[in-house]
Amino acid sequence: MTTLTLSKALNAGLRKAMENDPKVLIMGEDVGKLGGVFRVTDGLQKDFGEDRVIDTPLAESGIVGTAIGLALRGFRPVCEIQFDGFVFPATNQIVTQLAKMRYRSRGNVALPVTIRIPCGGGIGAVEHHSESPEVLFAHTAGLRVVACADAADAFTMIQQSISSDDPVIFFEPKRRYWDKGEVDVADGLAAALPFDRARVVLDGTDVTLLCYGPMVRTGLESALAAREGGPNHHGHSIEVVDVRSLSPLDMETITASVRRTGRCVVAHEAPVYAGLGAEIAARVTEQCFYHLEAPVLRVGGFATPYPPSRLEDHYLPDLDRVLDAVDRTLEF
Amino acid sequence: MTAESGTATTDQLIQLLTPEGERVEHPDYPLDLSAADLRAMYRDLVLVRRIDTEAISLQRQGELGIWASLLGQEAAQIGSGRALGPRDMVFPTYREHGVAWCRGIDPVELLGLYRGVSHGGWAPEEHKFHLYTIVIGSQTLHATGYAMGIQRDGAVGGDDAEAVIAYFGDGATSQGDVNEAFVWAPVFNAPVVFFCQNNQWAISEPLEKQSRIPLYQRARGFGFPGVRVDGNDVLACYAVTKKALQAAREGQGPTLIEAFTYRMGAHTTTDDPTRYRLASELEVWKLKDPIERVRAYLVRTGQAEPEFFAAVEAEAKEVGARIREACRTMPDPEPLSIFDNVYAEPTAILREEREQYAAYLDSFEEAGR
Repeated sequence: MTTLTLSKALNAGLRKAMENDPKVLIMGEDVGKLGGVFRVTDGLQKDFGEDRVIDTPLAESGIVGTAIGLALRGFRPVCEIQFDGFVFPATNQIVTQLAKMRYRSRGNVALPVTIRIPCGGGIGAVEHHSESPEVLFAHTAGLRVVACADAADAFTMIQQSISSDDPVIFFEPKRRYWDKGEVDVADGLAAALPFDRARVVLDGTDVTLLCYGPMVRTGLESALAAREGGPNHHGHSIEVVDVRSLSPLDMETITASVRRTGRCVVAHEAPVYAGLGAEIAARVTEQCFYHLEAPVLRVGGFATPYPPSRLEDHYLPDLDRVLDAVDRTLEF
Repeated sequence: MTAESGTATTDQLIQLLTPEGERVEHPDYPLDLSAADLRAMYRDLVLVRRIDTEAISLQRQGELGIWASLLGQEAAQIGSGRALGPRDMVFPTYREHGVAWCRGIDPVELLGLYRGVSHGGWAPEEHKFHLYTIVIGSQTLHATGYAMGIQRDGAVGGDDAEAVIAYFGDGATSQGDVNEAFVWAPVFNAPVVFFCQNNQWAISEPLEKQSRIPLYQRARGFGFPGVRVDGNDVLACYAVTKKALQAAREGQGPTLIEAFTYRMGAHTTTDDPTRYRLASELEVWKLKDPIERVRAYLVRTGQAEPEFFAAVEAEAKEVGARIREACRTMPDPEPLSIFDNVYAEPTAILREEREQYAAYLDSFEEAGR
């Protein structure tokens, strides 16, 4: 096991994918010489050359559009979109072309393109640098949408995404890039949990807390605080589930947990309104109705644009807001 | 100006003031500025550099989340900014602090944006200066559309004619939006000037990653004139922009101006340019400093006394102290302001979320926390 930051774990995963398959390419703005603004691709151009790690012109539609062409030619491009808020110029290519090619070609064409997007807030950035647009892609059939939450998953899930024959939107929790974790970099993918499965990351008995990406750490901290008890939290046992695959959802793991606990809270940074939590809540209600002791509650961003960063601590769900929802579901 | 005119297709850099501070003439750009005008431009240059330096320090001290420095680009911004008429509309990027200064935006507003207190917030029409656009190149289409509006309002060709200027960088020229703006503006003969500050670097990527021809030559392919100006020469930037704006106001359509300059600092305060470019490049450009040449010219021609330079220096210190203090004491916005201005009128869902969050915040006070 090696201790790596989430960012370094992604780097190691990308390196491994490039070593294992000469058709894997990396492309994006500043990914080469600079190694990406978050250094996720640091050193890869030096080791794999400019043909495989491509500093592209500053044009997101161009990045994804040419990645589609490269994939048609048999390559496996891994695109980096520098920040969540800059994916929108590429949305046309993603939604109208990338997502639908297999369907349109009656299965004759696969587009194994991975699009890495640093997502979420909490870093004191200016606007368009803190967004959570996952539901736009989860709503687009033909795309797989995944989110890693820690270094170990970052290492395996990026490799699984690259080896997938479907296009994958890969969300990276930017405020957790520097969080460290234990990673088995020698290990192959055979033993790894498939990237379309959710994972129980902390067992509990009273409430299921579903979260993903940057919110998994918040969820774990909330569960630990609740377990310790204190004046506001009465020793509740929260089961934390990292959803991991946002599309398709792993309802088997999710419903198994909710059936055990009888209560469910979904937390994400994206707005609650028409967010992924709505889809999860509906499905949990449909599939676990007779096991539920309370309505499924959602915690997340407001139905507003992402606010100026001095207000982001109000916008982002924190431990207190998560536990407030937990208390409400327990008091129901 | 037409695409066929001499300046439109040559590689020649239009320059009126050499790096050594010598005044040179250009047949297409006669310029006769008074000593007072020159001194005013010098003052602008010094003050915006000071604001920039102050902002970088404030970021280092944790008062700003981030800052995008204009260091090295002062002449491009002040020259073009002072060429604007009062009715002309500006569409800036996030680095146009010098143009903002020319349009009367308080630098404290800019600090507020980078501190995370607002997303800009000023009233664009009041200053004829739109909000900073962060998504690269988007504003070039807004500028073109605004210019089409000017046409439809009949505000082209008369005494009170208006024009629009769109600012963007070398990296932006790769974006689809910018290329679409280059299609639209000549097709509709829109009164818009595209002012590209080619500072040679799009974060870590040098110009050759964006273009294999000089950027100003792109315009010709789209059917409108392009010129390249010494972006570190405030007089040339002033004269070239003034002429392009006048052509737009007269109904002659768009012009692309490539201001050839250099980003002396990092892309933003989070960037580390030592990872991708040589310090020797910086040394070359230091010799082309936009401020030093104006100072040398003013001194050599006796258009400014030492007292003037001392007064500007003193004013720069004052401005620095004022914005530093204003930044440090700037209050955070009220939490519930998150819910303001999403729609013309708050929706039921927003009202509900606002009430719930207000009650949630109150619960902490009740708990005495």
